[in-house]
Amino acid sequence: MDGFARKVERFWEIFYQHDGYKKVVTGLQNTVYIAVVGLALGILIGTLIAVIKVLPKYSKLTKALNGFCDFYVGLFRGTPIVVQLLVAYYVVLPLLGLNLPALSVCVIVFGLNSGAYVSEIMRGGIMSVDIGQMEAGRALGLSYRVTMMKIVVPQAVKNILPTLGNEFIALIKETSVVSFVGASDLYTAFNYIGSNSYEFMVPYLVMALIYIVLVMLIALMVKVMERNLRKSDRSN
Amino acid sequence: MIEVIDLRKSFGEIEVLKGIAITIKAGEKVAIIGPSGSGKSTFLRCLNCMEDPTGGAVIFDGVNISDMSVDINVHRRRMGMVFQQFNLFNNKTVIGNIMLAPVHIGLSELRRKKIKNIFITIGNLFRRNKKPLYQINSTPAKIRQEARENALRLLRRIGLEDKADAYPSTLSGGQKQRIAIIRALAMNPKVMLFDEPTSALDPEMVGEVLDLIRQLADEGMTMVIVTHEMGFAREVATRVLFMDDGKIVEENTPNEIFANPKNPRTKEFLSKVL
Ligand SMILES: Nc1ncnc2c1ncn2[C@@H]1O[C@H](COP(=O)(O)OP(=O)(O)OP(=O)(O)O)[C@@H](O)[C@H]1O
Ligand SMILES: [Mg+2]
Repeated sequence: MDGFARKVERFWEIFYQHDGYKKVVTGLQNTVYIAVVGLALGILIGTLIAVIKVLPKYSKLTKALNGFCDFYVGLFRGTPIVVQLLVAYYVVLPLLGLNLPALSVCVIVFGLNSGAYVSEIMRGGIMSVDIGQMEAGRALGLSYRVTMMKIVVPQAVKNILPTLGNEFIALIKETSVVSFVGASDLYTAFNYIGSNSYEFMVPYLVMALIYIVLVMLIALMVKVMERNLRKSDRSN
Repeated sequence: MIEVIDLRKSFGEIEVLKGIAITIKAGEKVAIIGPSGSGKSTFLRCLNCMEDPTGGAVIFDGVNISDMSVDINVHRRRMGMVFQQFNLFNNKTVIGNIMLAPVHIGLSELRRKKIKNIFITIGNLFRRNKKPLYQINSTPAKIRQEARENALRLLRRIGLEDKADAYPSTLSGGQKQRIAIIRALAMNPKVMLFDEPTSALDPEMVGEVLDLIRQLADEGMTMVIVTHEMGFAREVATRVLFMDDGKIVEENTPNEIFANPKNPRTKEFLSKVL
């Protein structure tokens, strides 16, 4: 146990006196930033895809759009996110001649990736809304698009909020790979501390604890939200 | 007001409506009766093109609305529809349900006029004879205010003013259906289409809904109503259609058809339900 106390001491030294905590704070910020903006992008993209996929398939255009969406979803669900990050950063960007900061690339890739997952969640949500809601809107002379956006999608979102919470948790966890393209997150922060203290046990232990606490906090938030929604179902 | 010409509807291979022809005049109250699966709902839903006919035509106020090139949304605004399952918008309050369509349509018309005016103004720079602009004598706030007042007036009429801010999930079936009816009325429809408006209700709530429909009938509203309430059809309708197997088998005044049915299938049906 004496060895462990020594390790904690070493960790504390780098963490506190050598500004390790600043890196941890930045890492934490990046993790949350990538997950939050990524999910927001994902919800936008996912809703768009879901709406396209439930569209009646009369015209060539909707069929073509549908095909494209299938391709997109298949692509992003069929490859690991690390691969997507690496390809985006080291293949696509250079080919396009663009120069974006690693963090922005991460946000975009996580947004695109989660868009593919959210689209499936959202499609289920839209299909769970009673068809009568769409019919009532159309019978009042509202267009398909307006009824979808004002009536169906809001109800779909409410139905899938818990699932979206889980998607957020998944994103938080997946952000742990962004250092592959040089963005700094919790892993880079604790790796820095480890390398400077020549000991990795305590830093990685603390890192694991931070992830656990973060995930538990979000899960708690989702649960509270869910309970409030159910309450409003009954008493409004 | 509505002219139906050789209306046909197939779902895939199955022909559900097999050539229906009927003219409905303003002020008429047409009741449709018939066995389950005979195509009553499908026929009613073809009248406002919720189902697109696969043959024939539906002429509403001189316009062939079954033609795919007309903007069906514009015409549906003049045809109220009431469903068996009420279909109130679950994510809106009662007053939100009633105001949604009038406000949305008012606002989008206002926006359209404003955009047109911009183009006319630009065009006028190059015109010798200036084109007049559209008169805009409304504002979004005014549109909302008017829709709200109208909604409250309708709610007062059915005695549910105090429910204005409640959500549909807290209402009884009878309340929901009466609100669904005034939601349709808020669009000032020329005709109301009812598809078994009381079939999903507990028996003690049927009366309040039928009372409201009866009031509308007395005020002269044109209506088409699919119903299993034979007593109500007899009392309110000016004409009763008996449908079987995708066709109108018999039509007559309620007194004649109930007292003295001519077609054997009508006789058989009425003997079962009366
Ligand atoms: N969307 C659809 N797809 C396929 N078949 C349909 C569809 N809608 C209705 N049908 C069929 O068309 C026939 C007529 O249905 P419809 O609902 O018009 O009957 P109905 O007279 O209203 O009966 P009920 O009294 O039970 O309401 C039925 O056999 C039904 O199965
Ligand atoms: Mg029916």
